[in-house]
Amino acid sequence: MSSLEIKRWTPPGEDVIAVQRGPEPGGAGGLYRAFGETLRGLKTTFGRLVEGPIVYQYPEEKIPVYPRFRGRHKLHKFEDTGLEKCVGCSLCAAACPADCIRVVAAENEPDHRVSAGERYAAVYEINMSRCIFCGYCEVACPFDAITMGHDFELSDYNRDDLIFTKEMLLAEPLERTPLRSEDE
Amino acid sequence: MTTVLATVGYSEAWWIQILKSLVIFIVGFSMVPLALMMDRKLMGRFQNRYGPNRVGPFGALQPMADIFKLLVKEQFRPRTSVGFLFAIAPAISIVTACVAFAIVPFGNTVDIFGTQVGLYGIDPSIGVLFAFAFSAIAVYGLMLGGWASGSKYSFLGAMRSAAQLISYEVSMGLSLVGVIITCGTLSLTQIVAHQDSAGMWLVIPQFVGFVVFMVAAFAETSRPPFDLPEADAELVAGYNTEYGGGRFASYYAAEYFHMVIASGIAVTMFFGGWLLPFGIDPPAWVDPIVVLVKLTLVIAIFVWVRATLPRLRYDQLMSLGWKVLLPLATANALVTAIVVTVAN
Repeated sequence: MSSLEIKRWTPPGEDVIAVQRGPEPGGAGGLYRAFGETLRGLKTTFGRLVEGPIVYQYPEEKIPVYPRFRGRHKLHKFEDTGLEKCVGCSLCAAACPADCIRVVAAENEPDHRVSAGERYAAVYEINMSRCIFCGYCEVACPFDAITMGHDFELSDYNRDDLIFTKEMLLAEPLERTPLRSEDE
Repeated sequence: MTTVLATVGYSEAWWIQILKSLVIFIVGFSMVPLALMMDRKLMGRFQNRYGPNRVGPFGALQPMADIFKLLVKEQFRPRTSVGFLFAIAPAISIVTACVAFAIVPFGNTVDIFGTQVGLYGIDPSIGVLFAFAFSAIAVYGLMLGGWASGSKYSFLGAMRSAAQLISYEVSMGLSLVGVIITCGTLSLTQIVAHQDSAGMWLVIPQFVGFVVFMVAAFAETSRPPFDLPEADAELVAGYNTEYGGGRFASYYAAEYFHMVIASGIAVTMFFGGWLLPFGIDPPAWVDPIVVLVKLTLVIAIFVWVRATLPRLRYDQLMSLGWKVLLPLATANALVTAIVVTVAN
């Protein structure tokens, strides 16, 4: 005998779990089982037929969005004074990872007052074809001037039409998206 | 002496024959959009959705829209294609399908305005062999289409389809032998008449034959789970890779037409054609409606199976055809032959 010892096979103990294998395919038994399984499959699909459709008819019925859903942006005004909240600080543009916001600030004049701060956004554009709806602009804004709305139907025929100007973002959006209620 | 290869059970005046072939053609061809629509709508229901419901009421005009779209598309032809064959290959497919539909009986001979008219295209004594002859020619449509495209993908696809169709044609033929032995005739009208006098549809004594026939019919019409000629998910489309527009539409229509014919043969052979169960004997004008309703139900089975079973691998397809269906069909024919001999 060499030093290499050959281990003898010992029968497995109680703790060894044998792998459960299905019956062998093929043969008359396999054919019988395959036929039975086919019928079982047919029964399953027939159950779906009886169950009826469970889909939303999208353009007519819309799935309500959650309150924190991030859709098209909105710019806000102060309700009492009617002044814009945006002061043109460009922090949103700096935060934007997709680089889709363009802000050009201008000084507020005493006879031409647009925003509550010293300056206001003379140009505020969001390029919706680039926006990834991450919501960083909303987080970056120190005055809560920009928030994410609930609109998600933004497609258009023209790329230029997807550049939203300040007027478009300030205007109340058409209520097109149903909102999910609290307990839904 | 001339050898009579086949005789025709009953034939009318030539102008009635023309009229009735037109009617049968129109009825048969309007089954195609119906089958298409059922395929998509029922398939949707089996998957908890509606299926197409935008064009027309309940989406009923969807097949029209699809066909119109295909017809107005550009006729494209690869530079390497063989012009003549490339053009007639889809025509072969659709013509053979139309011709095979002629033998499906919608009723026995009825009295219309004082003339006896058989509610079928033709009632040859060779019956089902006629259908098999034309479904064999239909393979040429695929083969020529694949070869004449001048593309290796089309050619490989055509080989794949041809191998499948030829393999399953054997089992399909053998599965009907049991019915033919039981009835002692090949004529489809007489097979129905036999089921009438026996008082039992042949699906009961010939259940094995019916199952084999249906499985072979799925393969023969290249429907799922045997849709390897198309195999949308994993392979290049197959023999019709290079086809588009109207020619593709005719391949597509031919495929559905084959499904209608297979259903028609199943109805006639196994479900008593125009007979109603429980000995109900309606007037003769109801017969075509009964056949059409049964036809629709069999097509629904096609769709149901499509919604249920996953596609087979190619080797599984071949082993199912040759190792399972062929022995089963042969055993069925053998047992039927013994039973019929002993009973007589």
